Amino acid sequence: MASLKEIKTRISSTKKTKQITKAMEMVSAAKLNKAQNRAESFQPYTDKIREVVTSIAAGTEGVSHPMLEDRPEVKKTGYIVITSDRGLCGAYNSGLLRETMRLINKRHSSPDEYGIVVIGRVGRDFFKKRNMPIYQEITGLPDQPEYTDIKSIAATTVEMFEDELFDEVYVHYNHFVSAISQVVTEAKLLPLTDLGEEVENTEDSGESSEPAGNLDYIYEPDAGTILEQLLPHYAESLIFGALLDGKASEFGARMSAMRSATDNADNMIDDLTLSYNRARQAAITQEINEIVGGAAAQS
Amino acid sequence: MKTMQTNVVTPDGSVFSGETEMVSVKTQEGELGILPRHLPLVTPLTIGAIRIKKDSKVQLIAVSGGFMEVRPDEVNILAESAELPSNIDITRARAAKERAERRLAEARKENVDFKRAELALKRAINRLEVSENRM
Repeated sequence: MASLKEIKTRISSTKKTKQITKAMEMVSAAKLNKAQNRAESFQPYTDKIREVVTSIAAGTEGVSHPMLEDRPEVKKTGYIVITSDRGLCGAYNSGLLRETMRLINKRHSSPDEYGIVVIGRVGRDFFKKRNMPIYQEITGLPDQPEYTDIKSIAATTVEMFEDELFDEVYVHYNHFVSAISQVVTEAKLLPLTDLGEEVENTEDSGESSEPAGNLDYIYEPDAGTILEQLLPHYAESLIFGALLDGKASEFGARMSAMRSATDNADNMIDDLTLSYNRARQAAITQEINEIVGGAAAQS
Repeated sequence: MKTMQTNVVTPDGSVFSGETEMVSVKTQEGELGILPRHLPLVTPLTIGAIRIKKDSKVQLIAVSGGFMEVRPDEVNILAESAELPSNIDITRARAAKERAERRLAEARKENVDFKRAELALKRAINRLEVSENRM
């Protein structure tokens, strides 16, 4: 059995670790709250753009845009992978990266068929180590990212699609379900083929309070020009939305990881205290035995 | 007087929301004033100031690009960034202006940088003008 002193040191070091994990849990909880608010305040922006885009696409005959159409042949696929900068957040990164690797290995046979745009240090190191084609990377984003932080990488990715470097673009991120549950999600970003379906859906339901698709808009200068400007904008805002979602997930994951670390520390302290008391008792018993034995020998 | 609901929204949240009497914006085709009961309209905006008239007071907002959607009783402005005069960081805008001017002087040859610097300069000037209420 370990000596009394050893056990004592272990207890105090576990206590210190517990203090740290506890603090990190609380910090993450506060950041999660903020991140959720951010994601909420961003929602109206995408919703509005989406509404306008769909109403243009639905209301105008013969308006088309390369960003709305599937390319007949997909030569290269772009993946935007949103990871965190720091670890200590449970399976947040590993789950996401594993899924990305699985999909890439399933879909592509050579590294020429895909390109990666990575956000976050963990993901960047992961792909770099495996010599995978990273086209763009961004690390060290603040905890509450702003649109300008992501603007250039988003715009460049959209341009890559327009220049036909990529024929499709997917976003991989952790979708925030609740503080304890995050789901690895793949979303198709470009081309924006689901817009058409969306239009049909809104027409089907029809009872939405705002008759978005039915308004006969005047377009200035004209529908095509507007679409041309609005669509890249929309795609960029979708990337930003995924990033906000991913950030919220990151804090959720970190919070629950830190909570279980704190719980584990508690258990360890209990166990160690028990064995410390046992060892102390044993030492006392032994001492008494020695005294009694010594007294008996003398008489 | 008739009013319309006006919303100015950016990716970082809502900047302005309320009933207004008139909204005046700068589009790519020129200045455009919107009164209540305007026909539905969608148009891109350039870097410039929005003027929102409410109770005969004028509120300025500096926007950098974006869109305006007009409905008979509602105006929605979606901007990449939008700032009320009180929220503009004047020192930062000044620094940005100087930086852009320097770049413009240096990078006369390269097209991409030139355009970027030009836009940055426009944004900085716009912010400064709005913050000083010179529009």
